[in-house]
Amino acid sequence: MDGAKMRVSHLTAFYGSKPAISDINLEFPERQVTAIIGPSGCGKSTLIRCLNRLHETAARTKVEGEVFLDGEDIYALDPVRVRRRIGMVFQKPNPFVTMSIYDNVSAALRFNGRPSHEELDRSVVRSLQQAALWEEVKERVDAPATSLSGGQQQRLCIARALAANPEVLLMDEPCSALDPIATSKIEQLIGQLKNDYTVIIVTHNMQQAARVADYTAFLYLGQLIEFGPTEDLFERPKEKLTESYITGRFG
Amino acid sequence: MKFDRLARRKLLSHTITVLAGLTVVAVLYPLVDLVYTAFVHGGTVLFQWTFLTSRNPTPCSAVSCQTVGIGNSIEGTVAIVGLAALISIPIGVMAAIFASEYRTRGLGRAVSFTADVLTGVPSIIMGAFIYGYLVIVNPNLVVTALSGSLALAAIMIPIVARTTEEALRVVPNATREAAIALGISKWKMTMRIVFISALPGVVTGVLLAVMRAAGEAAPLLILTGGSTLWFSGYDRPASALPYLIYQYALSSSTNWQQVAWGATLFLLIAILIVNVLSRYMIQRLSSKMSGGA
Repeated sequence: MDGAKMRVSHLTAFYGSKPAISDINLEFPERQVTAIIGPSGCGKSTLIRCLNRLHETAARTKVEGEVFLDGEDIYALDPVRVRRRIGMVFQKPNPFVTMSIYDNVSAALRFNGRPSHEELDRSVVRSLQQAALWEEVKERVDAPATSLSGGQQQRLCIARALAANPEVLLMDEPCSALDPIATSKIEQLIGQLKNDYTVIIVTHNMQQAARVADYTAFLYLGQLIEFGPTEDLFERPKEKLTESYITGRFG
Repeated sequence: MKFDRLARRKLLSHTITVLAGLTVVAVLYPLVDLVYTAFVHGGTVLFQWTFLTSRNPTPCSAVSCQTVGIGNSIEGTVAIVGLAALISIPIGVMAAIFASEYRTRGLGRAVSFTADVLTGVPSIIMGAFIYGYLVIVNPNLVVTALSGSLALAAIMIPIVARTTEEALRVVPNATREAAIALGISKWKMTMRIVFISALPGVVTGVLLAVMRAAGEAAPLLILTGGSTLWFSGYDRPASALPYLIYQYALSSSTNWQQVAWGATLFLLIAILIVNVLSRYMIQRLSSKMSGGA
């Protein structure tokens, strides 16, 4: 495995007094796609939400352990600054409904600084191109974000995350609300994004993990069961639990 | 047998429909009657331009009996309610933002609970409270437009806070998370994303509070008092429509009674117009936000 962009060490996260994940140790290699799989309720969303300190923004939550980004513990840094380096795409497309396509994509730059018009234009075009949405919306970037289809909205959210120039892109089941065509577009996109970004994707769809991920982590009941190159995990699982999950015996 | 059951069902259905229709009539009748009566008695005086532009008349005397206007009362209402709005809207909105967006702290819950309780406090109590307060601070301020504004503001704050909080709560959490994940600071997210999304609801709440205050007579009864003069500053008594209606409607002078009817009709129409306009505005605002669809 080449250098790790992010490293999770003894990470335990609580909802109330109940741990949703406990004692997770994991490394996310740079410029690779890492998938987190597991049955519903296994803690995969909780894990990914700890990676940009989003978990702690909900009421009655607690995080223990460390998460390193380039060797620095993000829990010792300002969370707002951490989140500018780590972008996130959510399960359901969540564009800002009051804003146009252009304003959605440029939101991070506009709210976090004082960019010039040229900077904004460049960033919006680049991000929409990266998210493979530019060709579909270039004639109407001032249209409301809600005028887009669900799949387009999700790519808009990807563009919005990329426009902030993150180093890591977190994706929490980004295709679960999309149809197969939109899903395959996003999957292709993930393949391209890893040239520039470290991508971490949560998915309950094992085929999707097999298609897009270089590495895969299998979570079960809040524990990390197995982690390794995707091929190994799916073809030569070391753990019995992993084997029964990927062969569809539970979950 | 089968037919019987069907007939019974139909009969029941019709009965319920008729009963439901009767309740609609029961709800609508007072409103229709109110508007009708106000039109009948106030229509003739209201639809003269001078009625809106001239001062309250003196009571009828042996020599003359003039029906002049409510201009000074409209002016007074605008001044008193305007200042009340200036005081209450920022406070109410800020309190609501605190209660909704900083709810994890116990104080946030205390704010919404307080607003709930205050909404139910009778307006005359608010008036008495301001009265008692001003008597201690500066008795000269008791019978002034300022005291009326303060009492109306006290009535408006919980209404604005409650409706704004509701509007903020309706904004989906996914919107907040999207902003947080972009590294947007909490304050900017709250004001420029969440608050903007909630704006139609906030506007409704503010207008609701303004209309409630504009029709409020009780606190003005013990504070501002009335006046037949033009508005001359917040340190003086001033006229206001609801108070004028209360005072003039009970008078034995026929011209005052007429003025009271005209003022009633004016207040009704004004509230109706604000209501319709605001609904139209909100509809446009929210359809613009959701893509004109």
